[in-house]
Amino acid sequence: MRLSDVVERLGLEVLARGNPEREVNWAYTSDLLSDVMAGAQPGDMWLTIQRHMNIVAVAKLRDLTGIVLAKGIKPAQEVVDKAREEGIALMVSDKPLFELCGELYQLLRGRG
Amino acid sequence: MDRQVFAYSVVSTGSFDDVGVVSTEIKRDLEEAGVEKDTVRRVAVICFEAEMNLALYTERGGNIQVVVEPDRVDIYVEDDGPGIEDVEKAMQPGYSTAPLWVHELGFGAGMGLPNMKENSDIFEIVSELGKGTKIHSVVFRRKEDAA
Repeated sequence: MRLSDVVERLGLEVLARGNPEREVNWAYTSDLLSDVMAGAQPGDMWLTIQRHMNIVAVAKLRDLTGIVLAKGIKPAQEVVDKAREEGIALMVSDKPLFELCGELYQLLRGRG
Repeated sequence: MDRQVFAYSVVSTGSFDDVGVVSTEIKRDLEEAGVEKDTVRRVAVICFEAEMNLALYTERGGNIQVVVEPDRVDIYVEDDGPGIEDVEKAMQPGYSTAPLWVHELGFGAGMGLPNMKENSDIFEIVSELGKGTKIHSVVFRRKEDAA
């Protein structure tokens, strides 16, 4: 499913667009950066409540499709700027992480 | 070109805000050098964790050198202290000496060195307390993964 479709279906607020045409293969959830470096696969979407600047570098280095911050967590403007500069999609959802994961899981499994 | 050498220095700023800048640069340089994606990703993980360690634990930062050869990529990481007290322990997944504030920023999972080893085909680490740490990592290039 394309990133732009995921954004629409989950009602995400987009802070940085990234590549909306990119395919979201699967997703990974963690707030520990090294864990994401170890476990996330290229093409994964990353769901987290970690808002620190380094999430952009991690997403870039792992070739992730984008970052979704749950619970309405808003990153600092520098983080948004960095994401735009690096071409990383950065999105926000008001839903708690667990619900967001559940919805995305259904969606990517084709049962949305 | 048969062999390309890239050299970087990581500054220890006491802040995490710029961490990832060097490894992002390394990733870009290797992509421009025509290194296949899978290799770039593995090198990027190794360099990210190295950069993190240099920024987090050293007083003066350190150096990362990346040597691209037709069949392999060598990564050399070097700093002049403080050194790792128990390398064997530090290599165990989950072992961390990071303080709480580091954990809260999403670091200190105790996966830095294990991640580096996991992504390396050869991984060597030498550390001496008060002197510094040297790491040599090799990633063999697999042409079938060529981007």
